[in-house]
Parts: sequence; C-alpha cells; structure tokens
Amino acid sequence: MSTTTEETNTAGRASAGDPEALLALAERVAGWARSGEEMEVYVARGTETEVRAYEGEVESLTSATSAGIGIRVIVDHRLGFAWAGSLDESVLGETLAEARDNAVFATADEHVQLAVPDGVAAVPIDLWDERLESVPTTRKIELALALEAQARGADPRIRQVSSADYGDVAAESALVSTTGIRSSTRKTSGYLSVGVIAGEGDASQTGGGFSVGRGFDGLDPERATTDAVSRAVRLLGAVKGPSGRSTIVFDRRMATTLLSIVSSALSGEAVAKGRSIFAGRVGEQVGHPGLTLVDDPTDPRAYGAAAYDSEGLACRRNALIEGGVLRGFLYDTVSGSRSGVASTGSAVRGGYAGTPGPGCRALTLAPGPEGYDEDGVLAAVGEGLFVQSMTGVHSGVNPISGDFSVGAEGLMIRDGKLAEPVREITVASTLQRMLLSLVAVGADVEWLPGIAAGQTLAIGDMQISGV
Amino acid sequence: MIETPVLERVLSEALRNGGEFAEIFAEDKVNSSAMLDDGRVEELSSGRDRGAGIRVVSGETTGFAHTADLTERGLMRAAEAASAVARSGGGGTRTVSSGALTGSASPSMDGRATPTTGSKADALELLQRADEAARASGAGISQVQAGFGTSTRRVLIANSEGLLAGDEAARTRFSVSCVALGDTGMQTGYETAARTLGFELFDEVSVEELARTAAAQALAKLAARPAPSGELPVVLAGGSGGILFHEACGHGLEADHIVKNASVYTGKVGQQVASTLVTLVDDGTIGSEWGTFGVDDEGRPAQRNVLIQDGILTDYLWDYLRARKEGRLSSGNGRRQSYRDLPMVRMTNTFLLPGTDDADEIVAQTQRGVYVAKLGGGQVNTTTGDFVFGTTMAYLIEDGVITEPLRDANLIGNGPEILQRIDAVATDFSMTPGTCGKDGQSVPVGCGQATMRLSGVTIGGTAE
Repeated sequence: MSTTTEETNTAGRASAGDPEALLALAERVAGWARSGEEMEVYVARGTETEVRAYEGEVESLTSATSAGIGIRVIVDHRLGFAWAGSLDESVLGETLAEARDNAVFATADEHVQLAVPDGVAAVPIDLWDERLESVPTTRKIELALALEAQARGADPRIRQVSSADYGDVAAESALVSTTGIRSSTRKTSGYLSVGVIAGEGDASQTGGGFSVGRGFDGLDPERATTDAVSRAVRLLGAVKGPSGRSTIVFDRRMATTLLSIVSSALSGEAVAKGRSIFAGRVGEQVGHPGLTLVDDPTDPRAYGAAAYDSEGLACRRNALIEGGVLRGFLYDTVSGSRSGVASTGSAVRGGYAGTPGPGCRALTLAPGPEGYDEDGVLAAVGEGLFVQSMTGVHSGVNPISGDFSVGAEGLMIRDGKLAEPVREITVASTLQRMLLSLVAVGADVEWLPGIAAGQTLAIGDMQISGV
Repeated sequence: MIETPVLERVLSEALRNGGEFAEIFAEDKVNSSAMLDDGRVEELSSGRDRGAGIRVVSGETTGFAHTADLTERGLMRAAEAASAVARSGGGGTRTVSSGALTGSASPSMDGRATPTTGSKADALELLQRADEAARASGAGISQVQAGFGTSTRRVLIANSEGLLAGDEAARTRFSVSCVALGDTGMQTGYETAARTLGFELFDEVSVEELARTAAAQALAKLAARPAPSGELPVVLAGGSGGILFHEACGHGLEADHIVKNASVYTGKVGQQVASTLVTLVDDGTIGSEWGTFGVDDEGRPAQRNVLIQDGILTDYLWDYLRARKEGRLSSGNGRRQSYRDLPMVRMTNTFLLPGTDDADEIVAQTQRGVYVAKLGGGQVNTTTGDFVFGTTMAYLIEDGVITEPLRDANLIGNGPEILQRIDAVATDFSMTPGTCGKDGQSVPVGCGQATMRLSGVTIGGTAE
C-alpha cells in the first residue's frame, strides 16, 4: 500500500460555526456545472464529543470532526448521485465525475428535477449555541462522571450503571443548486443518556433516561437519572401478563415512536408509489374525530426544528389530519411533481451520503380538550395497560399493511392508577384501527429526540398476548 | 494505505502522554448502489469513505479520535487528540520503535478469489430482470422495488504490541421488495441475497428466483388471517430462524455485556443453558457468508468459536479490550461499522448445528401451532433475556399440516427459557444474511439453523 500524498484541506479547516465558508465551497462546485446539466451540491461538516463513564472512571472519550459532500446531477431528466466522506480538493472533482457517470444509466423521468425557490420565506430559527464550542472537555468529563455517580447512588436497588454518556454535536451544512437554491443551516445539540440495571433477588430490570438540549448548559443529570431509575425500579417483580383485549396507554417516549411509524404513510413518495395505507383517502375519515396531526418544523422547541428543508426550501407548517379527516401528505420536489402538487418543504436526507426524500421533522398531536397530563390520562382510562418500553418495532410493525405487533413492558392500570408491573408480552392491532380507536391525547407535550413530540396517548381495543 | 514507518511514528505519538496500548485502524471503502423502483431506475449512487480511527488505552480509559486525513500530519493530529485521555494518567512516555511492527498489511486471501466487479449496466440488467420476474408472478403485484449494492473495503490495523494486519473484502447484496394489493388491503414480501463476494454473487443466486419468492410472500399474505395471540408450539424453517439464536443468546454472550453484569448469561459457563439439542457456533471463517472476514477490525484472524455444546455454555465472545481484562486472547469478534467507531464485541456467522430429525416429520408431529417460513428481525434486552422476533411469512399448523397464511407478528420469549424448549432439530441446514445493530453501529452478520421446533412460545397476533 502506498502513502497518501499531501493534500490541501482548506474547507475542512475553516473554523466551526462559519457557514459562509461551506456555502462558498458549495457554490464553487456548483459552478462546475456544464450547460444542459442541473446540479445540486450539499456539503456538511460536524464536530462531536462523546464521553462514556463507568464505575467512577472515563470508559471512553471520543472527539471527532467529519465532513462530506453529496452531489446530484440531472442530465436529460436522468439523475446521478455520488458522495464522499471528505472535502479534500481532489475528492470534489472525483465525486462530481461519478455523479455524472451515474446519471447516464438512470431512467429518464420528467418528474426528476431539483427544487426551485418558491418564494416562501424561511422562519428564522436559532439552533446554534455559541457557548458549546468554548466548553472545555474536562467539564464534559465531569458531567458524565457526575451522571454516573448520581445514577449509582440514586437507589439501593440499582446494581449497575450500564452506560452513562455525555455527547454533543455541532453540525453545519450548505446547499447550492443551479436552479437558484442557496441555503445553509447550523445546529448544535447536547445530550446526557444513562442506562441502569435494578435488581432484587434473582430479578433484574433495566431503565434508561436522558436529558437533551441545544448545547452544554441546561443538561440535567438529575432528570436523566430520575427517569432511568424509576423506569427500572418500578418494573422489579414484573411477571408475564395475561392475554386479552385492553386499552393501552403509551407513555410519552413510546408515543414518539408511534407517530414516527404513522409518518411513513404520510410521505408523498409512499403515496405516489402505492405504499401508503392513506393513498387515495384525502378528505376521508381515517382517524378518531379527536385526532389532529400537524408537522411543524418551524416550532423552535421541536427537536427536529429547521429553517430549511434538505432541498433548501423553507420549512413550513403542514396539517396532515384534522378531526380525524386526512388533509394531505408531505412532499419533496420529485414526489410533488409526480402527484401534481408543489413541494411542501418537507425534504429530509440522511446526511451527505443520502439523497433527499419527503419526511416529517416535528409531528405533534393536538391535545385533547381535557388538558390531561399522564396521571389524567391514566385516571380517565381507569383499567388497562401502561406501556413504558417497546421492542421489535422494526420486526413487528409493517407500515404498508398496517400490521402492528410489538414486545412491551409496563404496568397494569387499576382504578386509574399504575399497579403491578408486567413484562414479556406483546401488544397488537393494526395502524388503521389504532388511529380510529384513539381514547385520549395528553397535553403533556415534551419534545424528545426524534421527529415527533412526546405526549401521553391512550388507544383502545388492542390485543395483549402473554400467558 | 499508510507506510509502516509512518504507522510507527503515529503510534509513538499516541503513547507520548502515557497509556498501555495504541492502535491505528485505517479504512478505505468504495460503495456503489442502484435502485429500481416503480418501474424506473431511480438512483445510482457511488460513495467513497476513507479515514483512520486511533485509540489509546490508559488504565480503564480509552481515548478515541478519527480523521478523514490519512496524511502523516492528519494522523498525528488524531493521535494527539486520542492521547489526551492519558495526560493525567502518568505511566511515562512509551515509544514504538522503528521495525517494531511485524506482520503484513496485505490481506491473506487464503484461497479466496479476488472479487470481480460488474459494470453499472450489468447491475441495471439484474434489476430489470428482477422487476419483470416479480411483476410476472401475479396480477396482484402492485409495486416492486429492487436494490443492488456492492462495496469493497480495505482495512489496515497496527498496534503498539507490534501487530500489523490488513484485510480486503467485497460485499454484494441484492434485494427485492414487493407490494401486493387485494380486497384486504396491501401486503408485502421481501427477499435478499448477500455474500462476502463481488459480482460472483450472481453465479450462485438467481435474481428472478429472489423476485418470485418476494412476490409469492406478498401474494400469499393477501389471504392471511390475523396471527394467533398466546402460547403455541412454533416450527421455524431453516435459515432465517437463526435470528432466534442471535437474539435469544448471541447478544447475551458478548463479553462487553458479561463484564458489566448486563447479561442473563453472566457466570453461567459450564452450566446447562439450553436443551441438549443445542450446539451453537459463531464462525467468521466460513465460505463467503455475510459475516465472514479475514481479520477482525482489531487485526485478529477470524475463528470458529463454540459457544454452547450440547446445551452447556462453553464460552463467550471476546474483543481485545474485554479479553485483556480477563488475561486471555480475543476470539476474533472485535468489529466496528467504520473507522469513525470504536470496536465492540460482535457476532460473525452464528448458527445452530444441524440435528437428526426430519423437517417434514417435525411439522407432521405438531398438532396445532405456527410454522414460520421467514423471520424478518428481532431485538433483545440482554439483562433480562426477554427478546422478540418478527415473522414476515408464517402459516398455521393444523393437525400436522401447514394450512393458512398469517399476518405479520412478533413472537416474544425469554432467552434461557426458550432455549430449553427446543425439542426437535432437523438436518436441512441453511444460512441467511442480516444486519446487526448494536449501540448505533451496524455490521453484516450471518444466521443459520435447520428446521426446528419450540414446544411453546408467545405469539403476538390479534386473533382472540
């Protein structure tokens, strides 16, 4: 193997938090487009720190920077894409050449086009915490160690703290196209995450908790620990529950997962390609009259808040279901064109190595008129099962057929209160039926990591399988 | 990728502040993929990812940094960042002297053929053929997506103990997913073939056959009834049923969970943990299976490890760090998703050795139960041992005969209990490829077994 030659790396070394440097780079590459060629250049750069504490020591400390580019080229309605995990000068040309070559082979399709500015102004959202960059690593280490120590000492039944992590990310991106798009984004985030094992006799149970924020300040080890410990401890003594029909109350974290599943059926691409349970049903009653679902990335409190979508159009509020009636879908440029509508500013992409497609960023349900918190929902339900964790969402939920079956842990609800713990059961229904069987939506909105808000949800008539 | 004297200087830099162990993991990966969807070749994608991860171990602490810059200057900067954890540790400076690295960064191919690459046009032709075969399977097929992906990954590992090793592998996969539309709504079918090979995959695999299998699943499920709810005997067809072992005990035997006392199998070596019909092996050396490699991502050669022999737990799976703590050698199970990640204990190809029963007889001797032709995936909590696995093609067994198809559902059980309930294992062994996710990192793995029966497991359907 040979030694790599010395390379210049100007863009990669521009100081963090300088979106102009990234924009300039994207603009320069987009300037290489030939006549008859449309081109979109996406460049991204990020730095991250992760500290894992274990038994009073630092188990691992990771510090890293990464950068990359993704280029889409359209020639004669044919799309080619290429990416590289580097912004080295030599890589840029190679990547463009690959994208051009790939375009030769794709099927010509009039709907394949890049976004064009649509006049919608972006809502200014500040997602960048300037202070994060100046927090010394030693303070991050101290916070991770404090988190681990707090979790270990929180309850005599905590046998083990299996993970205690501090992490932060500062990410920037820029997007420039030959169709007039020019946008840049930057975002910081920080998190604490802790996993504990509680034990009593032979039995062990696990629980996890976290605290998230835009940066270092405001991260709360107490909050993460309390959540993790109470989840593990209250499951001690859990036995396999009985089979039967029941109302299920999903805690806020689980509700985030449920909404994320539903979101895949609201993608305009899934609809256009006949892969959505909602295809052809706009204007129909698809859910309980109490179900109103909105995707609003312009809400700065949302974890997935963003000013621009992944094609450089302004993010906007999109109503999807109102009073149980399906109102519409989320589109990017291509899926919109395919369906004869404009993009809803809903393009998302998985970093520089992915191409954009329509998706949700900040789903939320309108709370019920009662303004319930978790206790309120439990009291209203009276008898049922409270689910605090689900497994096998990827293996037992089919968003195309709607079949829904997941492993669950939680507590029985008796007389409107949490009662004995249960484990090793499944809860099942179909997504179609679950939307119609909504019993209550809590007003206890909490923005958790992911593309949907957390709020306590009760869904009736689900099947529990156990003994 | 990097010359030996550079590696030695960078390792010395990594240990400049102290620490007992330093390692450079360099990777150069080239990906290309193509997707046919809705009758069109929608996307051809090419990607290049190259860089190095450097770790320094000082006491109980690991420092890690990675860089996409493989020049000596870039590596030195990463080494300096990784060594920061040793700054407070003392222990003095260590150097890795010139000539300390022995071994070879050139992969030993061990009779493995150098993988060939097909042209983009070849790949597209395969996608078209799969699309046509799926659509020709029945008028009910309403949508077809076919995907092709291939990658070549070169790695180089050098550490302060003098190890220098390398590997090169091509991996190719082809998948078909179908949607069938009927009076009962939509159903899906999915089939994939994946090998540690280049374009040779298609000497072994017919894309038309994959497409027809995926289409047949979707069509069959249009007539499916809701899966049962509650405990029943379950017969798992050979191949994807291996996911059961991956979840029920594979993850629980990974030493990182064991040393943290976060596995139900902690302290159980030498004990009966499964039915005597169970001999479970993890083997990274076999053929061109999806979880096969030459050396692991810490430079240890892949090896065959017997985990459970006739129901008795014989050993766990180990990486460098966890093995070092126990004063033993790694079992060749230190793997990572990319140079951006720290290695962890991971499975390779994990399988149950075949038994002596006849597959058809096992079904015939099951009065009422569920026959699982294909599993889609699963998940486990290693601490409690509770795990789920999901069916993508299952049928009822009534009076010893496979009858009606069932809608998708998860099955749930507890690892140590379920392993005791294996009461028949057949001879019709086969393997299936999968992607294993752990702590945010995905790696290719294989699973396998012959047709087998569980005397009882909870099926999470909706039928009352």
